[in-house]
Amino acid sequence: MIEIKDLKASIGEKEILKGLNLVVKPGEIHAIMGPNGSGKSTLASVLAGREDYEVTGGEVVFNGKNLLEMAPEERAREGLFLAFQYPVEIPGVSNMNFLKAAVGEVRKHRGEEALSAKDFLALVKEKSALVELDGQLAHRAVNEGFSGGEKKRNEVFQMAMLEPKLAILDETDSGLDIDALRIVAQGVNAMRSPERSFIVITHYQRLLDYIVPDVVHVLYKGRIVKTGTKELALELEEKGYDWIKETVA
Amino acid sequence: MEILDEITGKDYEFGFTTNIESEKIPAGLNEEIIRVISAKKNEPSWLLDWRLEAFKIWQGMNEPEWAHVHYTKPDFQAISYYSAPKSKPKYNSLDEIDPEMRKTMDRLGISMDEQKRLNGIAVDFVMDSVSVATSFKEKLAELGIIFCSISEAVQEHGDLVRKYLGTVVPRTDNFYAALNSAVFTDGSFCYIPKGVRCPMELSTYFRINEAGTGQFERTLLIADEESYVSYLEGCTAPQRDENQLHAAVVELVAMEKAEIKYSTVQNWYPGDKDGNGGVFNFVTKRGLCDGYKSKISWTQVETGSAVTWKYPSCILKGDYSVGEFYSVAVTNHFQQADTGTKMIHIGRNTHSTIISKGISAGHSNNSYRGLVQINSSAKNARNFSQCDSLLMTDTSGAHTFPYIEVNNSSAQVEHEATTSKIGEDQIFYCLQRGLDEEQAISMIVNGYAKEVLNKLPMEFAVEAQKLLAISLEGSVG
Repeated sequence: MIEIKDLKASIGEKEILKGLNLVVKPGEIHAIMGPNGSGKSTLASVLAGREDYEVTGGEVVFNGKNLLEMAPEERAREGLFLAFQYPVEIPGVSNMNFLKAAVGEVRKHRGEEALSAKDFLALVKEKSALVELDGQLAHRAVNEGFSGGEKKRNEVFQMAMLEPKLAILDETDSGLDIDALRIVAQGVNAMRSPERSFIVITHYQRLLDYIVPDVVHVLYKGRIVKTGTKELALELEEKGYDWIKETVA
Repeated sequence: MEILDEITGKDYEFGFTTNIESEKIPAGLNEEIIRVISAKKNEPSWLLDWRLEAFKIWQGMNEPEWAHVHYTKPDFQAISYYSAPKSKPKYNSLDEIDPEMRKTMDRLGISMDEQKRLNGIAVDFVMDSVSVATSFKEKLAELGIIFCSISEAVQEHGDLVRKYLGTVVPRTDNFYAALNSAVFTDGSFCYIPKGVRCPMELSTYFRINEAGTGQFERTLLIADEESYVSYLEGCTAPQRDENQLHAAVVELVAMEKAEIKYSTVQNWYPGDKDGNGGVFNFVTKRGLCDGYKSKISWTQVETGSAVTWKYPSCILKGDYSVGEFYSVAVTNHFQQADTGTKMIHIGRNTHSTIISKGISAGHSNNSYRGLVQINSSAKNARNFSQCDSLLMTDTSGAHTFPYIEVNNSSAQVEHEATTSKIGEDQIFYCLQRGLDEEQAISMIVNGYAKEVLNKLPMEFAVEAQKLLAISLEGSVG
């Protein structure tokens, strides 16, 4: 699905990713954990194509294509989805119109016909139920006046609508109470399939009780320093990150 | 953000000229010219006197310099004040219309075909100095509605014109209003009788075609007691290297419980991307809410013109009268706009609402200037103003000049203002969902302006959305 080799990226003068390697196969869920400032969100932004970051080395192959050469919207149309840590508000633009345009572009790219209004509405109904999103929210402006939990549920709802090949969840659990966390996880789990992969970025083990990963990585100072099974997450929860830091040092 | 710094600019869509033979009087402005115009229009002597008086007033005035705009002042002696298509100036049926003129209308998307649009919009088409066609006149006449060119109204409804002309915008009001009063050549006239709800949108389409001319149109709209009318105007001009002057006056009168909704989509040629050419749009628009519970609502989408100086205003004289102003002003490249409104509260319990959305791109400057004046007689008057500015580039400017004068302690006046730069985060969010940059900007900008666009008649709202996207296409790269 995605193969990241020796990826290096900086913001301004500061190098944040210092040679990161990661391979995610179709159907797998990889969790990336790590202390603050280790480069977790940078990785998500670089993969999605945010301009603020400069890629200074390495390569990323996504479904056999060179990801780093693609514009952000091409990456999205090719099936890379980022659930944002801080979803932005777009006043005056209804969630429905926004999604209609997005789904339209993605389908066009895949060579599929545009959905009829009726089919689109049916899809909205089906997918919003996955994250127990109130029908009203679909008609409100994108994320405007949404609570923290509603914003995150909206991200997962959009993901379900766009049916990506690879979804990156950037600290989707931050700021969620236990009920919202359960709902978000339920949405993600419903989308698991042998063709779809996930990279779940999180600070806490808590989310991984609900979304069970195949592989857990620890990111520290811009590199993956430890890889294990889901038990690694439990170990981190118990011991904190200090022992990792010591190991690396 | 890189994409926003790139200025490429899409060509102005309506920049074509029509090859119609026209009759144009020599350039220059003096009493003799005014007599010529008046004679060509076969006007009664009261109107000629009224014009000459205005000309005297104008001669004693100075061009206003307080607006936040910079331009080379027009040479008023270099302009021709009358230009009319030479073939028959007014058509009795659509078949008579000059084929070139017909083509122009088609290209502008104006349908004069009544058969095809039974529930459509009645249109008065003004090219350069004269009105060339008005549709649906008979149908409207059945309801007692008068909708015609102002020249025709002078001939056929002289008393009405004489009674109201210059009552809302007096000749002494300002430099351009005085000039317009002296030389106006055409425009629309509308009268809605007591208790009549106008069944269709009334619309005037203004077009400057000839080079070296100015357009000085005059619109007068009177809504009698308990009547309602929705009126809209559109404007375009050919692409020329010279600056063309457009100095219009619009006067509205709403009597007891009458309501006037006046919408404008202004798309005069804005000049090229280096700031050459374009229309100087110096316009005085004002409405008088004369009667108890009368209401006037201005909605404007301003995307054109090199320089805009325009403040559609309401005088809230009747008790419980309501004034509204909804505006989206977009400037790109080197365009300059100084626009806003005046809400003058005189009657008791009068309410006004101002929603202004400025969007600045390229090297343009966009200013909101507004006055809320509560007179001592205006007990319990209320105003709410919201002025938002959106900057698309680091090289553009947004300015807000609110003036508030309150002379009655029972008044409530609220003013909110925001300035924001178009969010890179918002754009990236859209890109990450598969939209391209143009779609993203168009969506964000239209969302930002939605409150105002929603006030436009349905058919125009779609047009306006497209126009916003086109106007900003250059700023997206």
